[in-house]
Amino acid sequence: MKSYDRNWMLVGGLVLLVALCVVPFLVKNFRVFQFNLVLVYAIAILGLNILTGFNGQFSLGHGAFYAIGAYTAAILMDRFGVPYWATLPVAAGVCFVFGLVIGFPALRLAGHYLALATFALALAIPQLLKYRLIEGWTGGVQGIVLNKPDAPFELALFGQRLSPDRWLFFFSLAVTILMFVIARNLLAGRVGRALIAIRDHPTAAAAMGINLTYFKSLTFGVSAAFTGIAGALGAVVVAFVAPDSFTVFLSISFLVGLVVGGLASIPAAVFGAIFIQFVPNIADEISKAAPWAIYGIFLIVFMYLMPTGVMGLLKKMWARLRPTGAADAASGQP
Amino acid sequence: MEGFLHQVFSGLATGGIYASVALALVMIYQATHHLNFAQGELAMFCTFIAWALLQAGWPYWAAFFATICASFILGLLIQRILLRPFEKAPVLTNVIVFIGLLVIFNSLAGWIFDYTIKPFPSPFPKDAWYVTEYFSGHEIGSVGVTLCVLLVLYAFFRFTPMGLAMRGAAQNPDSARLVGIRVSWMLAVGWGLAAAIGSVAGMMVAPIVFLDPNMMSGILLYGFAAALLGGIDNPWGAVLGGFIVGVLENLLGAYVIGTELKLTVALVLIVGVLTLKPSGLFGKVVVTRV
Amino acid sequence: MDKRQFGFAIATVAMSTIAVPALAQKKYDTGADDKEVKVGNIMPYSGPASAYGTIGKSMSAYFDKINAEGGVNGRKIKFISLDDGYSPPKTVEQARKLVEEEEVLFIATSLGTPPNSAIHKYMNQKKVPQLFVATGATKWGDPKDYPWTMGWQPNYQAEAKIYAAHILETKPNAKIAVLYQNDDYGKDYLQGFEAGLGDKAKSMIVSKLTYEVTDPTIDSQMVTMKASGADVFFNITTPKFAAQAIKKAAEIGWKPVHYLNNVSASVGSVLVPAGLDNSVGLISTQYLKDPTDPQWANDKGFQDWKAFMAKYYPSGDLKDGSNVFGYNVAQGLVQVIKQAGDNLTRANIMKQAASLDIELPMMLPGVNAKTSADDFFPIEREQLIKFDGKSWVRFGKVYGR
Repeated sequence: MKSYDRNWMLVGGLVLLVALCVVPFLVKNFRVFQFNLVLVYAIAILGLNILTGFNGQFSLGHGAFYAIGAYTAAILMDRFGVPYWATLPVAAGVCFVFGLVIGFPALRLAGHYLALATFALALAIPQLLKYRLIEGWTGGVQGIVLNKPDAPFELALFGQRLSPDRWLFFFSLAVTILMFVIARNLLAGRVGRALIAIRDHPTAAAAMGINLTYFKSLTFGVSAAFTGIAGALGAVVVAFVAPDSFTVFLSISFLVGLVVGGLASIPAAVFGAIFIQFVPNIADEISKAAPWAIYGIFLIVFMYLMPTGVMGLLKKMWARLRPTGAADAASGQP
Repeated sequence: MEGFLHQVFSGLATGGIYASVALALVMIYQATHHLNFAQGELAMFCTFIAWALLQAGWPYWAAFFATICASFILGLLIQRILLRPFEKAPVLTNVIVFIGLLVIFNSLAGWIFDYTIKPFPSPFPKDAWYVTEYFSGHEIGSVGVTLCVLLVLYAFFRFTPMGLAMRGAAQNPDSARLVGIRVSWMLAVGWGLAAAIGSVAGMMVAPIVFLDPNMMSGILLYGFAAALLGGIDNPWGAVLGGFIVGVLENLLGAYVIGTELKLTVALVLIVGVLTLKPSGLFGKVVVTRV
Repeated sequence: MDKRQFGFAIATVAMSTIAVPALAQKKYDTGADDKEVKVGNIMPYSGPASAYGTIGKSMSAYFDKINAEGGVNGRKIKFISLDDGYSPPKTVEQARKLVEEEEVLFIATSLGTPPNSAIHKYMNQKKVPQLFVATGATKWGDPKDYPWTMGWQPNYQAEAKIYAAHILETKPNAKIAVLYQNDDYGKDYLQGFEAGLGDKAKSMIVSKLTYEVTDPTIDSQMVTMKASGADVFFNITTPKFAAQAIKKAAEIGWKPVHYLNNVSASVGSVLVPAGLDNSVGLISTQYLKDPTDPQWANDKGFQDWKAFMAKYYPSGDLKDGSNVFGYNVAQGLVQVIKQAGDNLTRANIMKQAASLDIELPMMLPGVNAKTSADDFFPIEREQLIKFDGKSWVRFGKVYGR
C-alpha cells in the first residue's frame, strides 16, 4: 500500500474512533441500544463470512451458533454468577466445539445439501431449547431474564452519564475491534489463501497439498466461535434469552446481512449489520400495511444495484477513482 | 398394530403434501439449477387467488384451472422481469432475491387477504367410495393429483421437444444456445411451470391445513428435505422422498422420540442419510472431470 | 425595598397562593398534556403470530372512534403501535423506542409471554405502566414485585382448573388425552389442568402430546391419542390447529368429550372451517360475546360493536374474536384514562387501573373487570359453554371471584 494511502487510512481511522467515542453521548440511550445490536450482528456476520464468503461453505444455520453462545452466556450469568465479560471466551469455546462437530458431516455435503443441513439445524434449535429435560438449565419456554451490567465507573460527557447501554457500547466496540483484528490476522496469511483456494477450486487445492478436512472443519469451528461470541454479547445487551429469540428468521437475516455487505470482506460485516438492523425499521415507517413487502423490495433493489454487496460497490468505485491502484484493490473477491 | 398402520397411512397422507411441494421445487431446479426459497409463498399466494375466485362464485374446477393458468403467467413474468438481471449474478445474490420475493408475497398476502384462517373446499367428496377410516377423501384425492402431475411432468420432459429443450438449456446453456434454443425463454417457462405446480400443491394442501399467509412456511422445509432426500434432479425421487419424510416423521413422533423432539430427530436422520448418499437416495451422482 | 415594590411582592405571593392550587389540579408525566395522551402498544404484525395483529388494529380503530367523539376528558388519544414479529429482542427495542423516543405515557396490551417477559424488568425499572398485557399467563398479576405490570384476561391456569373441576364432577374415571402447543401458553394451561386434577392427574392423563407452531399438521398426534383409548380430550391449540384437530377427530372416528381452550373458541374462525357438525358437543369457557353467535344478533352491545367495525375498521373480519378482544380492552383503557381525570401521571394511571370495577358491553352477562391494590387480575369471571351445532350455549355457574 502506498504511503499516502496509509496516511489517509490512519487519519480516517482516528476520526472514526473519536466519532465512535463521542456519538453515544449525543444520542438517546435507545439509539445506543440499537448501535449495540449493530455491533453484535457485525461480529455474527463476520463469522458467517469466514465460512461462506472466504471458504465457500453455505450455512443457513448460523442462528443456531448465535443461540448456543447466547444461552451459554445466560446460563453462566444466571445460574453460576459468572461476570458478563468472562462468558464471552467460554461461549467462543463451546461454539467452536459445536462448529467442529457440525463441520464433520458438512465435509461430505456440498452446495444445496449443506444449505439444507444447516437450515435444518437452525430450525431444530428452538425445539431443542424448549426440551423438558434441560428446562432446569435453559428456563424452557420462559427463557432467562438477565441483569444489564452497570458501568464500572462514573463518567459524564455533554451532560449524559455513562449508562449501562453506553458502557456496553464501548465494551461491544472493543470486542468488535478485537474480533475484526483476529479475523484479519487469520485470513491475511497462508490460512486465508488456503481457504480461498478451497472455495474456488477444491481439487486443485488438494492437489497442492492443502488438507481439506483439516481446513474445512477448522473453519466451521472458528466461524461458529465468532458467531457464538456475538450471541453471548447479544444476550448481555438484550438482557433476555428465549427460544423464540432464535428462530430460522435470524439465520436468514445473517445471510441477508452477509450478501448485502459483501462476501469475502471483513469490513463488509458492519454494512450488513446496519442493513438488517435498520432497514426493517425504515420499511415500517414507509408502510404500516405491508412493511415486509417494502423490505423485500429493498432487498431486490439492493441486489440489483450492488450484486456483490456494498463492499463490492465500494471497491469498484475506489478502483475507478484510482486506476493505478487496481492491483491492490482486487483481492479475495469471488 | 392397528395404531401403527394408522400412523403409516397418516404419514403417507401428509407425505403427499410434501411430495407435491417437492415436485415444484424439483421442477424449478431442473429448469434453473437454483433452489427457490420463494416457492412456498408463491404457491400460497396463488391459492389465495383461487380462494378469491371461489368467493366470487366461480365453480371449483373453473377456479382450479384458471388459477393454474394465472400462476403460470405470474411465474413467467417474475422470471422475465425480476430475475433476468440476475442470471449472471453469483448464486447467493439470487438466493437473496428469492428471500426478497418470499417476504414480499407473504406480506402482500397478509395485507390483501388478512391473517385469519380460511377454509378451502376440496373437490373430493367426503363419502366417496375410496374413503376409509385411515384416509379421508381429500387425502387420497390429493395423492392422486400429485401422481397425475408427476406423470404429466415426466412425459413432458421425456417426450416433448420443449421438455428436451428445457433440459438442455439447464444443463448446458452455452451449447443449447448454439443449437438455437432460446435459453432465456426456457428459464421463464420453467418458472411458469414451477409456479403452476406450486399452485396445485397449494390448492391440495389448503383443505387440510387451512388457508392463511403462513400456511406454507412449515411445509416448505419438509418439501426441501423431501426433494433433496430423493435427489434434487429426480421428480420420482422427490415424490418418493415426500412419502418417506411423511411416514418417518409420524413414526418417529409416535414411537421413537415423542412429539417434543420429533422435528429435530427427523432432520438429523435426513442429514444423516445425505451424508451417506450425498446426491440423495435416487439422485444422479455427478462425476466432474478435473 | 420601597413600599411599592413590597406591595407588589405581597400581591404576587397572594396571587400565586391562589394560582398554585389551581395549577396543582393538572399533573402530567411524559406522554400526556392538555391536548393528548400518548399510548404505546407492541403487536406481532408479522411472523408466526401475525393472526393476532388484528387486535392492535381494532384497538387503533376504537381510539379513532373515541377521538372523533371528542376524546377522553377533552384529550385525544394518540395510539402508537409497533411490530415486534413475536421476537423478544425486537420487543425490547420497540418498548425502548416507545418509552425513550416516542415518550408515551404507558404501554398497553403488548402481546405474548416471551415478548412481555423480555420487557418486564425494564418497564418496572423505568416505572412505566405495562398495562393489560395480552396473554393469559399467570405471572402478570404480581403487584408486590412488579407494581407496574398488570394482566387483563382470565389467566390460563384458572381456565384449565375449571375444566379439571368439571371433569372430576362429571366423569371421575375418565381417561384424558391432552394436546398442547410446545410453548409458554400451552405449558401454562397444562400446569393449571394438572393442578386442578390434583393427585388424580397422573392416573387420568393417558396421553400428553405436543406440537410446534411450525408443524404443518397434527394428524399424527390425533392418531396416537385415539389409539391410547382416551375418552376425554383437552385441546390446547391455537385456532388453525384447533380446527385441524376437530376435523381430524371426526374423520378418524374418535368421539371423546372434547374440551377446547378459550383461545380457539370462535365459531367463525375455528368451528366453521372445522365443520359445524364435527363441533357438536365441544365444551369451552367464555367471557366475551362471540360475534358469530346468532344469540347475540339483537343484543345492543353486539350491534354497537358491529356498527363500530363497519365505520372505523371496515377491513376487519367480523368473524374474528380478536376484534372483540381489542374493542373490549380498548374500552377498559379508556375507562382508566377517564378515571385518571387531570392527574395523568404514570403512578396515577396504575392507581386507577388498580381501582377498576366495570362491566363492558361485549362481556358476557355476569362478567366484569375488577381490580384492587392487591388484585391485579382484572377479568376473572368466565362461564362454561357447550356447542350445539349453531351457537355456544352457556351452562353451569359463573366461575371466578
